[in-house]
Amino acid sequence: MMQKVLAWIDVRFPLTKVWEEHLAKYYAPRNFNFWYYFGSLALLVLVIQIITGIVLAMHYKPDARLAFASVEYIMRDVPWGWLMRYLHSTGASAFFVVVYLHMFRGLLYGSHRNPRELIWIIGMLIFIALMAESFMGYLLPWGNMSYWGAQVIISLFDAIPLIGPTLAEWIRGDFVVSDATLNRFFSLHVAAVPLALVGLVYVHIVALHKVGSNNPDGIDIKKHKGADGVPLDGIPFHPYYTVKDMVGVTVFLMLFAAVIFFAPEMGGWFLEHDNFVPANILQTPPEIKPLWYFTPYYSILRANTVNFLWIPAKLWGVFFMGLSLVLFFFLPWLDRSPVKSIRYRGWIFKTALTVFAISFVTLGYVGTKPPEGLYKTLAQVCTVLYFAFFFLMPWYTRIDKIKPVPDRVT
Amino acid sequence: MSAESVNRKRRRLLLVTTGLGAVGGLFTAFPFVMSMTPSARARAMGAPVTVDISKLEPGQRLVVEWRGKPVWIVRRTQAMLDGLPKIDNELADPKSEVNQQPVYAQNEWRSIKPSILVLVGICTHLGCSPLPKLEVGPASGLGADWPGGFFCPCHGSKFDLAGRVFKDVPAPSNLVVPQYGFLSDTRIIIGVHREGAA
Repeated sequence: MMQKVLAWIDVRFPLTKVWEEHLAKYYAPRNFNFWYYFGSLALLVLVIQIITGIVLAMHYKPDARLAFASVEYIMRDVPWGWLMRYLHSTGASAFFVVVYLHMFRGLLYGSHRNPRELIWIIGMLIFIALMAESFMGYLLPWGNMSYWGAQVIISLFDAIPLIGPTLAEWIRGDFVVSDATLNRFFSLHVAAVPLALVGLVYVHIVALHKVGSNNPDGIDIKKHKGADGVPLDGIPFHPYYTVKDMVGVTVFLMLFAAVIFFAPEMGGWFLEHDNFVPANILQTPPEIKPLWYFTPYYSILRANTVNFLWIPAKLWGVFFMGLSLVLFFFLPWLDRSPVKSIRYRGWIFKTALTVFAISFVTLGYVGTKPPEGLYKTLAQVCTVLYFAFFFLMPWYTRIDKIKPVPDRVT
Repeated sequence: MSAESVNRKRRRLLLVTTGLGAVGGLFTAFPFVMSMTPSARARAMGAPVTVDISKLEPGQRLVVEWRGKPVWIVRRTQAMLDGLPKIDNELADPKSEVNQQPVYAQNEWRSIKPSILVLVGICTHLGCSPLPKLEVGPASGLGADWPGGFFCPCHGSKFDLAGRVFKDVPAPSNLVVPQYGFLSDTRIIIGVHREGAA
């Protein structure tokens, strides 16, 4: 019976073909390690965000007079509303945790290198869409930090010469962040950006399955195929990696649940204290800081304090913040090393990547602190190191001493 | 397909229709883009507001809302006004040369009447609202040298009692003085320059 149904469907829709191409006969390298969990976890978090988001949108009011109270209503009166909200707010931070680790995996094993440049670029677009999504979502509770955070970030566009002020007005739909801004951010947050995200994730996976997955050795498994045309070092994604990923999912959900039940605000890191006060357009919170996943870029923005070449420091800050993201797109071409994986690279790249990772985390930390004294100096030093990683890459990856790459995965 | 087999007439038609279609697409995009600009209601909210300052004591600050922005009205004391020229060398734009105020407020007090200061309370750096630190010296919490003014907690910008920005702070320019005028001695209109009874 099932066979007949399947045959009936297969004539009309390529169900078996899709199943085989992407799961049962998608041959992934057999040496995936811990770092390879985060792609599937990102997909899981996306699903969590969509489902909890749909529920939240049933109770939330995108109106400047009602928004703050409707979030409190969700927290107090809606059955299980607190859980939906905490799943969604913790999910936002979890999304960035897994995506940052997923991206770092790419840097470690050269997953962005030829022939996977397009996968990397699509991934960067996903990352930027994710930043837009979380920034707009952050305004919705209409807390005081939501309000002033949005005010500061939209003011960044003001710094752009000529079109800046008009552009900022167009984004806000008003002369300041207001009900109009809240209403459109709601629309973009629940419809436009999620659609774009899902579409981008789809093409990310299509592009990946076209060229095949990279692996911790950074070598091409398609070079050695068996008589049946299957790569000798490949194993079918299903059941091997579906089962492996389920272990990752289980461990992730344990940690995720622990945060939701025992530390949903994470001491102000996931939900900021100042956001439990309704938006007050006459009073800025004493310390404005974005959520932790934006603080590295925020630090780069603030690190620019010198007017230089007749361009004010504010515009330099915006420029370098934009550049810090744009450079990631060029990574596949900045890297000149003949090998992909860090396993076969020399000490120069290993040092560069370590320094970059430390700078990134430090920038993130000082971004949560007032820009004074030691914090300011640290931000400036780490900003220089951050950009040095990219700008010097064509040079240091070429002179770096590499180890011989094995023929087959280890 | 070789060059000879191309039907030139059809190719031209194809180009023209595609071009026209693209132009039509741009025209269609226009209302979608414009629908996101400030609405008539948002523009109407930008209408001028009238403020009664009869109860504002010397050395006090009043905060009112105009266009959704905080507007400060400070009645400065004679001591505050006397202090203004003394700190000119600490300021980035002491003479208010950058166009951040109407011409009638481009003077040493940045105001129409010396004592009454009207400012948009939005930092020119990234749009936070600075805190009033009107007291002189240690009482302000900004050290013994503090001449009185405003301090932005977000990124540490400092402004004096005329909203003039200090040197070496992130804010690039002085605080904005909005259009305003005195309808009478005790009533100010903010958003438009008008003198005398309305």
